[in-house]
Amino acid sequence: MSLLNTMPEFTVTTQVDAMLNWTRKSSLWYMLFGLACCAIEMMQTGGPRSDLDRFGAVPRATPRQSDLMIVAGTLTLKMALRTKMLYDQMPEPKYVISMGSCSNCGGLFQLAYSVCDGVDKVLPVDVYVPGCPPRPEALTEGLLKLQEKIMQERWLVRGGAETAQA
Amino acid sequence: MDAEAIQARLRARFGDAIGALEPGREPAIRVQPGALVAVAELLKTDPELAFDCLSNQSGVDWPQREEIEVVYHLFSYPLRHGCVLKVAVPRDDPTMPTVAPVWKAAIWLEREIFDLLGVVFAGHPDLRRLLMPEDWVGHPLRKDFVEPAEYHGISTKRESML
Repeated sequence: MSLLNTMPEFTVTTQVDAMLNWTRKSSLWYMLFGLACCAIEMMQTGGPRSDLDRFGAVPRATPRQSDLMIVAGTLTLKMALRTKMLYDQMPEPKYVISMGSCSNCGGLFQLAYSVCDGVDKVLPVDVYVPGCPPRPEALTEGLLKLQEKIMQERWLVRGGAETAQA
Repeated sequence: MDAEAIQARLRARFGDAIGALEPGREPAIRVQPGALVAVAELLKTDPELAFDCLSNQSGVDWPQREEIEVVYHLFSYPLRHGCVLKVAVPRDDPTMPTVAPVWKAAIWLEREIFDLLGVVFAGHPDLRRLLMPEDWVGHPLRKDFVEPAEYHGISTKRESML
């Protein structure tokens, strides 16, 4: 007799890793944090038409309650150190989506004296969303990609989470 | 009132501190730095001039002439006329008086010029950098500015993907 047959009908069996990752990916609270015009598209993504809430992603106004930082807009050198400070205030596990050309590589302003050439010079980035600015569909796709990435994490293997996050 | 009339009016009051009219689409009046505040106050308070609005204030670096030029674009809402002032200061010691007590718009505009060109506005209430980080070294819009390789460990170069 298999193990499954001994359990009541409403019981679901799963792996602990998969369970952890599923809960985690289903409540990706992102920080309410916009730097430039990409933030307008990010607001649209959170709005009723594209509705990021249906993936469990809701905006939080403080880094201490956030799991995800969406860097939306041109990162200036003056803001770069502050962005790093905000990222350091977020609790683990934390993820970063780099939204738009400016945040990916400096974009249009790459050669400017005051602009940081990409947020990956300051923070570890999980997903890059191209576009100038990306449409709400593109940012939603970026969030889904991040969810796929989270589902592949292995927390219960020694050194597993570090390998998966790297 | 057109630029010639304004220049003549200022000249009658301030003499040699007012230079010749520079021709152009918007003729500019040259002013000595020492007379700037008095000129600005007259331009604002004289009822026939009534320049109540500082539309723009900008700076130009002239390495060959060894000077930095600050340009003032003024506009009068009651009389619907405009004028342009130009003030030049030496490049190695760019200090000039502020016009912030006359037009409050100058507070941020002068901070920007200080940040990007290094012009020190004596008497400014809050002369800090505006666009660059406060611990930045150098003034990016000077023609001889060289971008540093990194800022707090952040490299300022990005290698081409191609």
